[in-house]
Amino acid sequence: MTKITLSHGSGGRLMHDLIKKLFVKELGNPLLNKLGDAAIFKTGSRLAFTTDSFVVSPIFFPGGDIGKLSICGTVNDLCVSGARPRYLSCAVIVEEGFGYSDLEKIVLSVKMTCKKAGVDIITGDFKVVEKGAADKVFITTSGVGDIYQGASLSIERIRPGDKVIISGTIGEHGAAVLLAREELKFKAKISSDCAPLNGLTSAILNKGIKFMRDPTRGGLATTLNEIAIDSGYNIGIEESKIPIKESVRVLCEALGMDPLYMANEGKVVVIVAPEAEGKVLSIMKKHPLGRKSVIIGEVKKERNKRVYLKTRIGGKRIVDMLSGEQLPRIC
Amino acid sequence: MKYIDEFRDNKIAKNLAHAVSKKAEGLRPLSIMEVCGTHTMSICNFGIKDMLPANINLISGPGCPVCVTPKSYIDKAMAFSKKPEVILTTFGDMARVPGSDSSLMEEKAKGRHVRIVYSALDAIELAQKNPGKKVIFLGIGFETTSPTVAASLVYARKKKLKNFFVFSGHKVILPAMEALVKDGDVKIDGFLCPAHVSTIIGIKPYTLIAGKYKIPCVIAGFEPVDILQGIWMVLEQIRSKRPKVENQYTRVAKDSGNKKALALINEVFSVKDSEWRGIGTIRESGLFLNRKYSGFDAERVFSIKPVKTRPDTGCICGSILKGLKAPFDCPSFAKTCTPEKPKGACMVSSEGTCAAYYKHRI
Repeated sequence: MTKITLSHGSGGRLMHDLIKKLFVKELGNPLLNKLGDAAIFKTGSRLAFTTDSFVVSPIFFPGGDIGKLSICGTVNDLCVSGARPRYLSCAVIVEEGFGYSDLEKIVLSVKMTCKKAGVDIITGDFKVVEKGAADKVFITTSGVGDIYQGASLSIERIRPGDKVIISGTIGEHGAAVLLAREELKFKAKISSDCAPLNGLTSAILNKGIKFMRDPTRGGLATTLNEIAIDSGYNIGIEESKIPIKESVRVLCEALGMDPLYMANEGKVVVIVAPEAEGKVLSIMKKHPLGRKSVIIGEVKKERNKRVYLKTRIGGKRIVDMLSGEQLPRIC
Repeated sequence: MKYIDEFRDNKIAKNLAHAVSKKAEGLRPLSIMEVCGTHTMSICNFGIKDMLPANINLISGPGCPVCVTPKSYIDKAMAFSKKPEVILTTFGDMARVPGSDSSLMEEKAKGRHVRIVYSALDAIELAQKNPGKKVIFLGIGFETTSPTVAASLVYARKKKLKNFFVFSGHKVILPAMEALVKDGDVKIDGFLCPAHVSTIIGIKPYTLIAGKYKIPCVIAGFEPVDILQGIWMVLEQIRSKRPKVENQYTRVAKDSGNKKALALINEVFSVKDSEWRGIGTIRESGLFLNRKYSGFDAERVFSIKPVKTRPDTGCICGSILKGLKAPFDCPSFAKTCTPEKPKGACMVSSEGTCAAYYKHRI
């Protein structure tokens, strides 16, 4: 078998074979192996529940692929909610004619990422649609996680003076995907930062942090704006403190894009009480995914719900939410 | 980033801002126009207004190519896009500008063949790959963009391409600067002349402004240190009462400009009167394909019904492009006109004055 055909999604023998020989073989666990109508499980604690669809193009890019992304995305949403990710669902929609080997690669990537994140896929779905009705492959994952004892993360706990930490360099996922589209004929070695954040986020829970969010689509700028709007306080950040890899800076400079708006898939923004900043920062720095963690600003007492940036030359400007998509400049 | 970080240096910028304040001391309130949209973006992006003394007012000029493209052009482009054999290619910003009835982006969503490209050469590649289709490229922009479009036309002619066309909305900047000065509606005490355009046209064209109209002209780079130094140079000229053309951007812009690029423009285009959004028709301010290249001229090759363009309502783009008003003076700004749902072109292009002001709320 080299190509996925409509019959692979028809519910008949071909589909059962594919599910058993690929999905169950690679992703199998006692709950999934039952292949029941629903997976039945018990966890015994407060739960966090989230869902996300993945339609990234191209499906393979430096540093990741749609499979890895679909696990990291959902796992990270659970992590930043103060949960320990446990079980995921995974629904795959494939366009007729999609290569079997590519599907296999994606499933193996899902397997590896689940292992890394310590989660199991316990239920799933597989559909094939006519050519043109989807672009190659779309994946939807949902996930449940146990809320850690004592974790009470809430945007309402944010107060003036709290510090804003970012766990590392920004913009790599957005830049890597943009380059992989090859429309720009621009060559640079940039890998997506796509990674499950469990270890990093669980290490700092109950250490004085008030809120966490992963700055994915819309980038750091959008996440900070969401925090400013929902907390009701202004946020002040300093341009010179925001860590950005040279390659990403150069790419953004050349294309007229702003790295503050470029997506991340393995970073977390942490709001921490001032008395705990040192401790939290030092824990984060010890984790491989948080080595470049740094305080980039703080929550201000003013309440116009805006994000202000002190520019590197000493000026001041507002950092707004992303409007539409970032388009390369024309002259 | 070498050659960029130096021009964003915190200490140098602060010293220059201090020097500007000193130079401006005791002077009457002054308006300096930054002609180019990239200057506006940089001023907003680095918070430069925040560093200037109260008597120095920076006003944005007509140097955003998307913004000055008239609605009638968009309407015509829309008419081209409705021809089944046509693939319309455009820069991304242009696709979102509202015409009388819709935008190219909306037409694209309806299934018309509209493609976003990054250069005219991308459009040529598309034409070569689709011999059964006719590819029209929307050529807009000032002297920075027009040589690249000219180069693609020279290539197309050499390769005898029969399915590549350009709809030229190209403009030249100097007639617009002169029109603003002559118009007299807005008092301009000095010009920060565009960096990239000047690398092509050199310093000579501006001598008209400095000589005839006695207004200081300083060609300045786009980095904050360039802009601050440029402002300082304008102030120095005002103080010494000796208006002239000076070049701050010597590391890139040469006094004589780029002869090769100018030759390309002359090879392909001829200068004619052209309509500017909000300003009206300006004499000899547009570049149109000359007779030698008429076979590539979309306007000549494709017949379309006369387009009825509805005037803008509730949008003061015209006054903003002239520097008469600031975005905050517009009742639609940030209310009914936002980057998500722009009413006028100034809110669409990232270089547009309204978009830059909206993004950074300066």
